[in-house]
Amino acid sequence: MKAYDVIVVGGGHNGLACAAYLARAGRKVLVLERNDRVGGAAMSEEVFPGFRFSVFSYVVSLLRPEIIRELELARHGLHILPLESTLTPLANNDYLAQWSDHDQNRRELARHSPRDAEAYDEFGLLLHRMARAVKPLLSTAPPDPASLDPRELFDLLRLGRYFRGLPEKDLHALWKLLTMSAADYLDEWFESEALKGTKSASGIIGTLLGPRSPGTAYVLLHHYMGELDGVFRAWGFAKGGNGSVSAAIAAAAQAHGADIRTGAAVAKVLISGGRATGVVLENGDELRASVVVSGADPRRTFLGLVGEEHLPEDFVRSIRRYKFRGASGKVNLALGELPRFTCMPQPGPHLRGAVSISPSVEYLERAYDDAKYGEISRRPYMDIVMPSMLDPSMAPPGKHVMSIFVQYAPYRLNGGWSDARREEFGNTVIDTLAQYAPNLKSAILHRQVITPADIERIVGLSEGNIFQGELTLQQMFFLRPAPAWSRYRTPIHGLYQCGSGTHPGGGVMGASGRNAALAILGRRA
Amino acid sequence: MLKTTPFHERTAALCASHAWRRWAGHIVASSYELSHEREYHVIRAAAALFDVSPLYKYLVRGRDAARLLDLVITRNVLKASVGQVLYTPWCDHAGKVIDDGTVARLDEQLFRMTAAEPNLRWLEDNAVGLDVDIADVSDSIAALSLQGPAAGSILQSLGAPPLKYFRIAPATLRGIPVTVSRTGYTGDLGFEIWTDREHALALWDALIDAGRGHGIMPAGMLALDVARIEAGLMLIDVDYVPARKAFIDSQLSSPFELDLAWAVNLDKERFIGRQALAAEKERGAQWQFVGIELEWNSLERLYAEVGLATRLPGAAWRMSVPLYADGEQVGYATSGGWSPLLKKYIALAHLRSPWNAIGTALEMEITVEHRRKRAGARVVKKPFFDPPRKRA
Repeated sequence: MKAYDVIVVGGGHNGLACAAYLARAGRKVLVLERNDRVGGAAMSEEVFPGFRFSVFSYVVSLLRPEIIRELELARHGLHILPLESTLTPLANNDYLAQWSDHDQNRRELARHSPRDAEAYDEFGLLLHRMARAVKPLLSTAPPDPASLDPRELFDLLRLGRYFRGLPEKDLHALWKLLTMSAADYLDEWFESEALKGTKSASGIIGTLLGPRSPGTAYVLLHHYMGELDGVFRAWGFAKGGNGSVSAAIAAAAQAHGADIRTGAAVAKVLISGGRATGVVLENGDELRASVVVSGADPRRTFLGLVGEEHLPEDFVRSIRRYKFRGASGKVNLALGELPRFTCMPQPGPHLRGAVSISPSVEYLERAYDDAKYGEISRRPYMDIVMPSMLDPSMAPPGKHVMSIFVQYAPYRLNGGWSDARREEFGNTVIDTLAQYAPNLKSAILHRQVITPADIERIVGLSEGNIFQGELTLQQMFFLRPAPAWSRYRTPIHGLYQCGSGTHPGGGVMGASGRNAALAILGRRA
Repeated sequence: MLKTTPFHERTAALCASHAWRRWAGHIVASSYELSHEREYHVIRAAAALFDVSPLYKYLVRGRDAARLLDLVITRNVLKASVGQVLYTPWCDHAGKVIDDGTVARLDEQLFRMTAAEPNLRWLEDNAVGLDVDIADVSDSIAALSLQGPAAGSILQSLGAPPLKYFRIAPATLRGIPVTVSRTGYTGDLGFEIWTDREHALALWDALIDAGRGHGIMPAGMLALDVARIEAGLMLIDVDYVPARKAFIDSQLSSPFELDLAWAVNLDKERFIGRQALAAEKERGAQWQFVGIELEWNSLERLYAEVGLATRLPGAAWRMSVPLYADGEQVGYATSGGWSPLLKKYIALAHLRSPWNAIGTALEMEITVEHRRKRAGARVVKKPFFDPPRKRA
């Protein structure tokens, strides 16, 4: 049997990226994936004949450009198409559109508020500067301020110097972004409810928090991160669906000699004398390697694959406290015709971008109120894209696929999730959307409804959290996933983590996978 | 979609080149004819008609209108008489230029401000507690600029009153109510004519009709760009980065660094940026915005070395071009080109002290047959072209 240097548990996009980098550096790598296909939550599937869906994650926002370059993902088939606009339909049949063209965007914003149109550029400039200020935290392994390791101290010093070098006004702005709620922060800038609603939505995605919850302002920044790396249109759609991202990374890994085994569920990490020595599969097979990397989330990795008995008690406590609280679901629709939004009924460029059901901050906060007490939002926030508008291969000619990301659908639903509750959730989503696009119901050929419980069951993400743990400040940077264990290492020698549950966290970013590989190789990110 | 100006029906029909460019979210003609050359010469020899409607325009009205504008801009509004127009920059609290434009006193308590960028929010935010009403009239007021030696005769033939330099007055031209200001962006004798949107086409037709015997011709932005460089007039986003768009501090400019010291009235007790500007005046500005002229012989030699006759830019350029003195970079030019009238290669440039003194010898980077060379240049007085008729 072939001997491996490294076993990667989980073939999600981060596990694959980690494997690709390790294989590229000459390591013999095996990826073990429980499902019969790779990708984890970044997958595409022909759910209904002729209709392909990015079943779970559905856009590409922060996929690191260096990963595309270094792994030559374009050569391996990846093409990210731009999502250029956001349409927010409003209850009075008006709308707010955000366009990629500056003049067009300014004109549309001025229709709602001339002041907002002016403030928009300044806001963008400030967030750009803030994104630049925070970027060193994202692209490197985060130093732990409590560590005595000289290398970490050096990193910390470097970072400290960097922050000290920021102009005072930028420091003040950064502090506000780190502490305020998205709603409060946006109130300082804008007056249009639709604009504030739509902008604040990016602060709540993937968390069981509302736009008025403190700490959500920080997540606004993530939208501006991509810009710094020449990704001027940060939001995109992978041709063929998000499975193409995983497929391209898998192909790169294989081209570098990595082996990928699907249908191979890992039951336990083998540990001997405080060292990881390999894994045992659910079928009883044992596979040995001196390094094991887990792409699973921190709870599954440590409380499942490793077992508390092998871990320090304080670490176990931290992992237990690490918050998942899945809050989002998906509705995937196969459509016989395009939806006609009352506010903009003709087919047009607005259907090539996102449609956001976020008419106001209050709308979102009320949606959160339901979820806070364990209920599905009666009027949920939705982020809708129609990939077949950009990539005709996703649906039969003249027909379309619609992906609806929905919040809130709390994992801990009162009475628990059942088939009936899933259908109720689907109905709520479709009823809400049909208020803005009345032909929707008659256009639906098929529907697929996904709850957080489904995400957990199918993909293996604890509590169905799409980011492998909430992207909130108390579990970011040097605290992700646990104090002192933020640099992809774990209390078990030879066991590493590479999933979104590590810094810098979720989104189809790949940074965790790449950073983990570099940490294993003993290189700086 | 982009906006069209109130004159679009006329300008579109005339735009044989199909060359349009954007200006503040509108489309305007780059040139009407296939080349902008004749349009440029009309500015200096007859009268060129420009559609300048995309300018941002604000009406500021009320008991405290003068106080608000005096607070915002660097010049003294309180002392401005009715009928006076002030060209002025305005700054943020750090004394860095946000924008530049004009403030016209139409009446004791009524002003019209023009700007290159939206400024409604800035005006409103500074008007807190003041008895003033600010209206954005950018879309409702159409504006034409008539520039060139014949401009005065054309307007007077339509019944406009004679106007001194930087004065404004109401007038009725063939029954159309307008205001006429003796202003412009060409450094020539010229006027700008302001009217309500609904009168736009009638105004255009009246001017074209009255101008026919005087050689009037519509002209586009390419011709204007040559003229404004000759006039030494700076352009936002090209010659300076407005403070609101600066990513880093070194991109900011103070009025002193833009050769606008004359427009900063530190005698005023209070205006935005005053404290910073007073301190800067004390220190002395490190940069200056100057005119430079390339030495023909040096240019000719560089081309001769590769066997070519001297090549000149066909239109004004807008980019950052390094300037050297004593072997090191001491500044950069931001717009430049060939002056067809002066037969000189000129540019507007930012230079560090002491290399910004008139007469300083410099070198400007120039690409000759794919290779970077340095042509001799020197700092000269601007405006490059300043005919007496401009003020007469």
